[in-house]
Amino acid sequence: MAKRIDVSGLTAYYGSHKAIEDISMTVEPRSVTAFIGPSGCGKSTFLRTLNRMHEVTSGGRVEGKVLLDDEDLYGQGIDPVSVRREVGMVFQRPNPFPTMSIFDNVAAGLRLNGSYKKSELSDVVEKSLKGANLWNEVKDRLNKPGSGLSGGQQQRLCIARAIAVEPKVLLMDEPCSALDPISTLAIEDLIGELKERFTIVIVTHNMQQAARVSDRTAFFNLAAVGQPGKLIEIDETERIFSNPSVQATEDYISGRFG
Amino acid sequence: MSNAVITDKGPSTLRGASLPKWSPYAIAAGSVALGLGISAAAGLSSSIQWALIAGLLFVLGTYVIAARVEGRRQAKDRVATALVWVAFLLAVVPLVSLVWSTISRGVKVLDFYFLTHSMGLVADSEPGGGIYHAILGSLEQVALATVIAAPIGVLTAIYLVEYGRGKLAKAVTFFVDVMTGIPSIVAGLFILSIMLMFDMQPFGFAGSLALAILMMPVVVRSTEEMLKLVPNELREASLALGVPKWRTILKVVLPTSLGGITTGIMLAIARIAGETAPVLLLVWGNSLINANPFEGAQQSLPLYIYQQYANSAGAGAAYDRAWAASLTLIAFVMILNLVARGIARWKAPKTGR
Repeated sequence: MAKRIDVSGLTAYYGSHKAIEDISMTVEPRSVTAFIGPSGCGKSTFLRTLNRMHEVTSGGRVEGKVLLDDEDLYGQGIDPVSVRREVGMVFQRPNPFPTMSIFDNVAAGLRLNGSYKKSELSDVVEKSLKGANLWNEVKDRLNKPGSGLSGGQQQRLCIARAIAVEPKVLLMDEPCSALDPISTLAIEDLIGELKERFTIVIVTHNMQQAARVSDRTAFFNLAAVGQPGKLIEIDETERIFSNPSVQATEDYISGRFG
Repeated sequence: MSNAVITDKGPSTLRGASLPKWSPYAIAAGSVALGLGISAAAGLSSSIQWALIAGLLFVLGTYVIAARVEGRRQAKDRVATALVWVAFLLAVVPLVSLVWSTISRGVKVLDFYFLTHSMGLVADSEPGGGIYHAILGSLEQVALATVIAAPIGVLTAIYLVEYGRGKLAKAVTFFVDVMTGIPSIVAGLFILSIMLMFDMQPFGFAGSLALAILMMPVVVRSTEEMLKLVPNELREASLALGVPKWRTILKVVLPTSLGGITTGIMLAIARIAGETAPVLLLVWGNSLINANPFEGAQQSLPLYIYQQYANSAGAGAAYDRAWAASLTLIAFVMILNLVARGIARWKAPKTGR
């Protein structure tokens, strides 16, 4: 089910401001790819171009190609809604729907898309919550509001919600930056399990986290404030953290930059 | 020996002198007594005068006493608190006085008979009669106005917040602002001019149309604010699940803000329920029961109050009926507000654990 992503010559704009320029990379299926780099270098923007969430922001537009198993996401006649069903996303801050219970939150993707069988719904919810390592904590209070959970539980609820619609790719935008170390560990373990089924792309500011969870790491940087962000290099995580081929990467990783 | 025992501590620099907790009440009581004394000595008869003097004395007294005991910074703090209290009392006094006079004069003739009978053939100078026809007319006209204005208003707000970009949205916002400022009599005249073109007689629904014009901008404004309060992250979360935009709005954005939107609509209803001018022009008034809002003159509560009061010259009966109808109208609006609060609380996003 996991799919490969092939990006070539991708440039993204906010209105007239060029946010990222000419990015090309390949993301292998059933692997974890981490994006690191300073704030404002366009990691999140690039991540959002991978499921066409970038154009939700007003003035957002994209040039270039993003191939999902040989199909161009920006090709003619492609429906962004269908793209987002294949490429799911988990956000920086946990955002469960406040009007819905835990059960309804996980079922939201199926229910709101209107494509489900009633009998399967509770199975899907249980499977997704188990997949997000949350089932044991919430199985007795599925009808309680999702916003009553702790931050780490809420984030795992959001992951359960994202995987309930069976995407091919899961994008994670700094999923642990609002969480404590124990919740972070839970999410990282979860990422390790999820990569058996999904292609995972994760943006993180935490370099130890990138080193722990990812197979490949991409380093983004920008020449100066106001300049577009660029992909400096992408390689096996081990190589990036031990012997990167670009000096800027080594400076950033070791804390000497500028 | 840096940590040798310090024997001479001296006074704490963190703790200053402070007034006891009961001091504001004492100062308030003192200034009221002094205010009464001054007015008695000067022969001022109005209760507003002694109350203003007492309020002024309270603020001044608080500052002087606190400045002497606690210092200037705390004195300023206490003066700010005192000002807030005085302003609060000044705002509440007219409200309480209004409610009190309406209740004390309104209960005279307000009973079950009054609520369930029309004026029928009762002359304005005679006692008896009731407001059933006015309640019925008010309910019908306001309900019809709501049925027209609420959906249009909510949909306009959804357009402005979720879809509106560029010139059209700016124009809509501008015209909604202009509509907010339309005096109710102008809305009435607008509908009246159309009625005259088609040579129509006054009827209830014409009043509803004018009320809908008045209600729409209020609904748009309040709904817009409520929709803006919905965090963008929820929209993105829904979109990222592959939910189309219209379903996101319908199933995520609207439920999240439903409580606030309902409150806004209820407040808009409360606002138009008291409108007299357009009803006077378009619905005309009727002392008989007319349950059909689409044909013939109707009555409405505010119009009934106006007509009874205007015709009361020398007749205590009409005067009493006007007050009783006022009390009914206030109760009606208050019940609407309570319902709105109830719905807002019931529909508010849940945070329980």
